[in-house]
Amino acid sequence: MLDVFIFATLNGLVTGLLLFMLASGLTLIFSMMGVLNFAHASFYMLGAYFAYSVSLYFGYWTGLIFAPIIVGVLGALVERYGLRRVHQHGHVAELVFTFGLAFLIEEAVQFFWGADTKNYQSPDLLDFPLFTLFGQEFPAYRGFMIGISISIFIGLYYVLTKSRIGIIIQAALTHPHTVSNLGHNVPLIFMCVFGVGSALAGVAGVIAGPVLTTFPGMAVVLGSIVFVIVVIGGLGSLAGAFIASILIGLLQSYAIASDVGMPDLLNLLGLEFDRNHPLTDLWTLTLPQIAPILPFLLLVLVLIFRPTGLMGKREQ
Amino acid sequence: MRTSRFIRHIFLSFLLVFSSNIYAQEPVRLAFLDPLTGAFASIGNSGLKQLEFAADYFYNSKGGILGGRMIEIVPLDNKQSPTESQLQFRRAVSEGIQYIFQGNGSAVANALNDAINRHNRRNPGQEVMQVNYSAVDPILTEDNCSFWHFRWDAHANMKLNVLTDYIAADQDIESVYIIGQDYSFGQVVSDTSIELLQQKRPDIEIAGNEFHPIGQVKDFTPYVTKIVASGADAVITGNYGADMVSLARSIIDNGLDIPIYTFYAAYDGITATLGEDGKNRIRLIHNEVSNPYPTEERKEFVRAFKAANPNNDVTQPRITNALRMIVTAMEETQSTDPYDVGLALEDMRFTTLSGDEIWMRGEDHQVIQTLHISVHTDEGVEFDADNSGFGLYTEFSAPIEDSMVPVNNCRMRRPSR
Repeated sequence: MLDVFIFATLNGLVTGLLLFMLASGLTLIFSMMGVLNFAHASFYMLGAYFAYSVSLYFGYWTGLIFAPIIVGVLGALVERYGLRRVHQHGHVAELVFTFGLAFLIEEAVQFFWGADTKNYQSPDLLDFPLFTLFGQEFPAYRGFMIGISISIFIGLYYVLTKSRIGIIIQAALTHPHTVSNLGHNVPLIFMCVFGVGSALAGVAGVIAGPVLTTFPGMAVVLGSIVFVIVVIGGLGSLAGAFIASILIGLLQSYAIASDVGMPDLLNLLGLEFDRNHPLTDLWTLTLPQIAPILPFLLLVLVLIFRPTGLMGKREQ
Repeated sequence: MRTSRFIRHIFLSFLLVFSSNIYAQEPVRLAFLDPLTGAFASIGNSGLKQLEFAADYFYNSKGGILGGRMIEIVPLDNKQSPTESQLQFRRAVSEGIQYIFQGNGSAVANALNDAINRHNRRNPGQEVMQVNYSAVDPILTEDNCSFWHFRWDAHANMKLNVLTDYIAADQDIESVYIIGQDYSFGQVVSDTSIELLQQKRPDIEIAGNEFHPIGQVKDFTPYVTKIVASGADAVITGNYGADMVSLARSIIDNGLDIPIYTFYAAYDGITATLGEDGKNRIRLIHNEVSNPYPTEERKEFVRAFKAANPNNDVTQPRITNALRMIVTAMEETQSTDPYDVGLALEDMRFTTLSGDEIWMRGEDHQVIQTLHISVHTDEGVEFDADNSGFGLYTEFSAPIEDSMVPVNNCRMRRPSR
């Protein structure tokens, strides 16, 4: 049992940190422009595909460096020539714009790379078990994923709170006009933040591609869950996104690892239903069975009981 | 004056002859209703290419069917959703299409089955035939069997019957772990495997029986952790598409070295993704023998397909079987009416490209054919998958008698005409 618990925790951390890399960019962009970027997960997918293509010629490590840069530049261009123009027509227009962009990117990916799964592999250098515990191996690549995610979180936190750029960004978020009057180029700052947010999603794609497989549906699979995280964590809150990511990663992982379900609950209550009961599907439901939809359940609960999210400061 | 009227007459009669000629050349339209976008797009698009190619290769390039009519494949994207399938079905009906090829997802097939039966009851004379080339929930040819539904793939119980024979013969296997998508097909795989294994090898322990939501799991590692902890000697799964790749990848990445018995772990990027790591570990139960291909005829067909679609493979020979049997029935009856064609299909015996004789059982419209178990490897693979050098090598073949499962609950209502 202990081995399952330890590995469930590690798996939860890997998933959680990966989700955070996506959620951090999304929540930054939200606090900046006040608009949810539906195409955010698409940048994650682009990251994986660019890295795959680069890795075919120059190997994995070159892909790890260049793919996020390409995605970041692409993101910045989208902000500069797309979102900024749409911005004057209000939030709804922006929302629809990003929504459309997500579809466009998915179609483009299918057009250029095809609809089948791409053979994007982790580097040979990391192709060994990091450690073996109770007969289970923990792949080195997953350790690498944890390492990258944590260093990005620390780096981001440092830049945003300690550096001069970070202070200007934070000021631009809350008082764009004052910052502008002080002589800073606020639109440029916004463009850079959008670019960096997209690049972060790109990094997530690069490191997740080999593990979660690279296929055109990867954005859709992860996209919805990232929104759940941003809302649970509180829109615009980086710390909230971090907590929510880890929370959801662990929640799913533990739920899958657990072996409890409705039958146990019924036993506890001393109830019994026969197999032909009309609600038999409900009485035989187990926790692992519904694990992947638990985050959405949590979302509903959070919206009912704490609409601002865990760390949100949304004004009424 | 008179001459001009004469000319006009000639012109008009020409026009008439010409237009009736056009009418005679109107194509036979077959709809292909499967996911062409979204998480399962790769399987859908690959199937579409195979159907289009088979139609061109066998018929359109040779002057068409029924005295010169071309076959036109109409792709309809159902996004793997039963609701969307109903909408697309209405569209097909409004365009006068009477044959619907569909294969991916038994949930979709069941919904389509309902919709088609309802439509056919209400619109006699304009019936539609469901050409099921891949949805393997047994219920479609059992409790819900319908005159308008024909299945060209072996259903899950037939496949599992052969697969459990194979597993039962392997004395090294003492416990198995079953994991599948949480919907009708996954449940059938789980229930039937357990039932059959208990009959054939009561000593085999079911180490786990897990369901996960279809297309929702990002990372299968937590599931693999449980499989490792359970100490199972083998895994059985009916997963397909992204769910299959992710599961296999997680099993391999986490160093779990046990055989994985699957239905769909090949082609459309899966073989390339598994590559060297999956060698001799992944096995598939499927129809139509894999490498070595037994006939020159099939080799030629596959080579021609590869020449036209270098990035795809002939993953589902049953699509070709379905098309060829339907056209044979059309030629036989000189009709495209699904009722006539349906009657001609019943109990038709047909020789596939591999030289196998397959039989469309009239009682439940289930095709009976040889089944094969193949291993993922790069040895002896003349025709690889995903251009990866890896492919399937057939290790075990069950003759038609062994793959047959008797009809239990099919009470087919035949339309009266």
